[in-house]
Amino acid sequence: MKIDILHTLNTERAARRAVVVVTDIGSGAQRLIKATEADKDPLAETIDKRLRMGKSGMEETAQGRVFLTVHVPSPKLVITGAVHISQALAPIAQMLGYDVTIVDPRTAFASPERFPDVKVLAEWPDVALPPLNVDRYTAFVACTHDPKIDDPALLHALARDCFYIGALGSRKTHAKRNERLKAAGISDADFARIHAPIGLDIGAISPAEIAVSIMGEIVQSLRQKPARSAKAEAA
Amino acid sequence: MLGRDEDILKAAEDWSKAGRGVALATVVETWGSAPRPVGSNLVIDSDGNFLGSVSGGCVEGAVVTEAIDVIDSGKPKVLEFGVADETAWQVGLSCGGTIRVYVEKVS
Repeated sequence: MKIDILHTLNTERAARRAVVVVTDIGSGAQRLIKATEADKDPLAETIDKRLRMGKSGMEETAQGRVFLTVHVPSPKLVITGAVHISQALAPIAQMLGYDVTIVDPRTAFASPERFPDVKVLAEWPDVALPPLNVDRYTAFVACTHDPKIDDPALLHALARDCFYIGALGSRKTHAKRNERLKAAGISDADFARIHAPIGLDIGAISPAEIAVSIMGEIVQSLRQKPARSAKAEAA
Repeated sequence: MLGRDEDILKAAEDWSKAGRGVALATVVETWGSAPRPVGSNLVIDSDGNFLGSVSGGCVEGAVVTEAIDVIDSGKPKVLEFGVADETAWQVGLSCGGTIRVYVEKVS
């Protein structure tokens, strides 16, 4: 590997941007493709599929057998609401390799006793979220039921192009949320990106079951939808 | 987590920039039960220091030896290792598969 390719690879990884290295293992010829520029590559379709699965592997191409090394940032999960569901959702997500952060300005909820092994920030979203570098490899879940906390966080998640955005609440609650977020300047297309009612329909009742249904929906969004952002596709 | 791929690739860059001869080994194919997934990396320098893994420790020694050759010649190599040992598998050892490892010089 050329040192400049290796340097770009490390720079992109540190910045949490997805990249693929294509290596002809016969000749040693190598190229690095940034995910944002993958559509210009002759192997665009293959690269897109591999980026979505986050999986390296060998591919047969017109130019021969090549190895694709896929570097996708590890996913993050940001939750507003240090509530009962979050107590179940956080460890499930951690088990799946997610870096989990819970944001809730209500100190009675956001206590270390309730979340022994999770990063909990007892701050308002406008303070807590910007330093978290919420990005397209981040899932965001709004769980407080309180518009003062959830709404600004949802706006932040939409602006940062999170791969999954979900909000707890009934259809009625969500309709009211629609009115508020529209008033804040959110388009129909952006609002439609919010999963609500949240979670896969598995008949979940207990907080832990609801957490499982939410996590299932997050995994589905990560693995079944293109890694390319909805915005980039529309452009 | 110890030995994450990014740390290994960062080490490869740092070692190379420090003037050491460096090779990078990558698991490119696996069959059967393989201890480390495709894409796993091992970085090796010309003195035989290494970081990361391409197996559960079964073949690293051989990869390091080959990698020193690759550092000398500059020519990439594809290595294949197979451990088809039913007994090993039955007692719960993961080395019951075959792996192919690509070794290239960092230059």
